[in-house]
Amino acid sequence: MASFLFGAAGVVLTMVALGLIVILRRPAEVDHMMAAQLLGTGGVTILLLLAAATETPPIVDVALLLALFAAFAAVAFVRSASDRRSEVSKASGG
Amino acid sequence: MNLALDIFTVSAVSAGAFFFLAGTVGLLRFPDSLTRLHALTKVDNLGLGLVVLGLLPQANGPFSALKLVSIWLLVQLSGAIVTQLIAGVVRQHGSHE
Repeated sequence: MASFLFGAAGVVLTMVALGLIVILRRPAEVDHMMAAQLLGTGGVTILLLLAAATETPPIVDVALLLALFAAFAAVAFVRSASDRRSEVSKASGG
Repeated sequence: MNLALDIFTVSAVSAGAFFFLAGTVGLLRFPDSLTRLHALTKVDNLGLGLVVLGLLPQANGPFSALKLVSIWLLVQLSGAIVTQLIAGVVRQHGSHE
């Protein structure tokens, strides 16, 4: 069972890495944020699989923190985008 | 009994990994940002959900099983909110922001 779980973690890691490499070469910032979200969810999945495969329950806590930080990262991105928009509207007199 | 649980784990985790494949392909192939967000939420909900479902029989004790489910619920909740926020940014700025 452990080797299957390691294999599944490897498959998910390959998917996420492939997505990151291709997405980060695109120009749009929103796509970069989505790649970071994919890494967040994929990272949580990989850590949960590894925790079950190696029977090391503390890894589950790491997964929990990664899920939390992925949410924070996205909120920070949205805030910085809306701050830039209000600066633009101030500069143009609106 | 043990064999049945192992088979359940293998099939659910495989289905979850398949949704990661589908989500990545969607993220790479879909034409604009909103459809790519749609692909991303499938990974959040189904990919992680099926993997957690598959890992539940392997958890030792009801407490760690509950912990796995609560991680999935946290990812569900934050994923839903974050997707709405990102879609709002895309609507206001266009996808090149």
